[in-house]
Amino acid sequence: MINESDVLLLAEPKLSAPEKLYLPQVFEGLKTTLRHLWHTLFKRAMTVQYPEEKVNVRIANYRGVHRLNRDHDGRVACVACFMCSTACPAHCIHIEAAESPWDDREKYPAKFDIDELRCIFCGMCEEACPVDAIELTHHYDLVGRTRQEMILGKEELLAIYDVTREEKPRKDPPITGYPDTGGRGVGPRAETRGGRLA
Amino acid sequence: MSSPSVHFIVERALSAWSDETKRLPAERIMKEFLTSQFGVSIVLANVIVLALLGTTAYCIFIERKVAAWIQDRHGPNRVGPHGIFQIVADGLKMLFKEDIIPGHVDKALFIAAPGIAMFVAFIAFAAIPWGGPWMLAGNLVNVQVANPDIGLLYILGVASMAVYGVVLGGWASNNKYSLHGAVRATAQMLSYEIPMGICILVIVLTMGTLRLEDITLQQTGYWLGVIPQWNVFLHPVAFLILFVTALAESNRAPFDLAEAEQELVGGFHTEYNALKFGMFFLAEYAHMITTSALICVLFLGGWHLPWVPWTQPEAATFWAVLAKITVLCAKVAVCIFVMMWLRWTLPRFRFDQLMHMAWKGLVPVSLCLFVLAAVLLYLDLERSVWALAGNAAIVTAVLLKASLSRAEITGRTANLPPITSAVLSPKTRPEGLAP
Repeated sequence: MINESDVLLLAEPKLSAPEKLYLPQVFEGLKTTLRHLWHTLFKRAMTVQYPEEKVNVRIANYRGVHRLNRDHDGRVACVACFMCSTACPAHCIHIEAAESPWDDREKYPAKFDIDELRCIFCGMCEEACPVDAIELTHHYDLVGRTRQEMILGKEELLAIYDVTREEKPRKDPPITGYPDTGGRGVGPRAETRGGRLA
Repeated sequence: MSSPSVHFIVERALSAWSDETKRLPAERIMKEFLTSQFGVSIVLANVIVLALLGTTAYCIFIERKVAAWIQDRHGPNRVGPHGIFQIVADGLKMLFKEDIIPGHVDKALFIAAPGIAMFVAFIAFAAIPWGGPWMLAGNLVNVQVANPDIGLLYILGVASMAVYGVVLGGWASNNKYSLHGAVRATAQMLSYEIPMGICILVIVLTMGTLRLEDITLQQTGYWLGVIPQWNVFLHPVAFLILFVTALAESNRAPFDLAEAEQELVGGFHTEYNALKFGMFFLAEYAHMITTSALICVLFLGGWHLPWVPWTQPEAATFWAVLAKITVLCAKVAVCIFVMMWLRWTLPRFRFDQLMHMAWKGLVPVSLCLFVLAAVLLYLDLERSVWALAGNAAIVTAVLLKASLSRAEITGRTANLPPITSAVLSPKTRPEGLAP
């Protein structure tokens, strides 16, 4: 129920005599639209021809398709700790761990699938990862012809790293006590983690 | 075409078939037939129908482009260079879609309605004088499908039948929204026929003929040696009113209440899909082209362009005819562009505003124009500067009336309590009201 006191009666604007014939406003409107038409035809349109032209998304914080980083030896950096799949609110990460063939870690992912159709691109996996192995790139044109195609496996995710490592280097240097960190993993975070994992 | 020539040609053709076939070679009969007015009319009718189908389809494409440009977009540009084959893709889509006829419709009328809409929109073209006289192998013919004495009446009659397509479509759909759209279309068309007819009468009084070719011919002179004697310079107000009513007659924005999608889903074509919907679509654009051509012939000199020797009435060669057709087509194109431009500029009228405008605005003004034209005709001044002066006087009178009347233009205040103050600024806002 609307209160009588809440009703605002707005006075209509007073129109001059020519304005009451509609015509001046019509011509004013035509002038406006003609200006837009002229600008679009002879200068440029506001829209972008998407597959050919792309706008600059803000690379620094845009969350697009995932990638699995490689360490300095080219091996998958993931240690199959399941932190990301636990953190994932959409339950789109499926990891199968296996015993690592390398000496510097216990486990590695035998299988690492991300269902990009389920993913909500929140970036929680990236936050959760203790070794900065999973990261979101700024690529947003992620398409596939089937649902199956949209489930990215380990090799595909590593391949995405290979093509995006130039435009977006790994966020932090490896801080996991790998032998080839070169002493770059410093700071309180690195110390605690390094201490635990070393 | 006037009837004696038809009889003449038919008689000649019949006699040629009956007893002179042996003496006259077939090519000569063919040539005589093709160079006669009858033959030219038949060829022209076919050419016009085909050209018109293409043009109407491309109008849809151009409309989309104009809309895009006005809205700072590119518009369709994927199919072919600059999207010019988009309409082919759209047409094929329409053609191959499943043709659904809902179970609850009146089937016969449902199928007939789009056909009627399209048929009516297309036959009106018969009386448009496209290219003036043509000296064709010794015969002087008119580049026009038919040149009846009552050409103008024919176009008016046929054009007002266009409402049947809409009304029958809405009725046959057996759907509240469709019927509502059809009812709106009927009321609107009936209302806007009147100022349209009166404005055309003004021209008929001034020109003294209903034959469109003669109306064009009478506009080919000059005033003071410079101004072409186009009717738009004699009766600009009538031109404006005719243009507005033409928009309303072809159901174009801002008068497209019959298909107001916010209120009526799709209006009269809610239940239509596939090619039948496409036919309604084509009919709308064909109607636009017809009314534009009529406006151009009545007010903008038809195929006449001042000072260009090819577009003068004396020129009757093939190239002159081609130039005249080009000129008329260019004028029609400009008219159609303005219609599209208006569509993407103006919001739709409310229905009561629409009726107000027709009955309280356009009808009285056009009646004044009619009286003016009649008085000028009585005084033998129908094609003098007095016509322009009279138009100016009518505009002044209307402005005076508008400035004196205190009624708001929306007509809405009648049912509301009186407004004491505008409460737009915080200063005038009543106490205790949330900002």
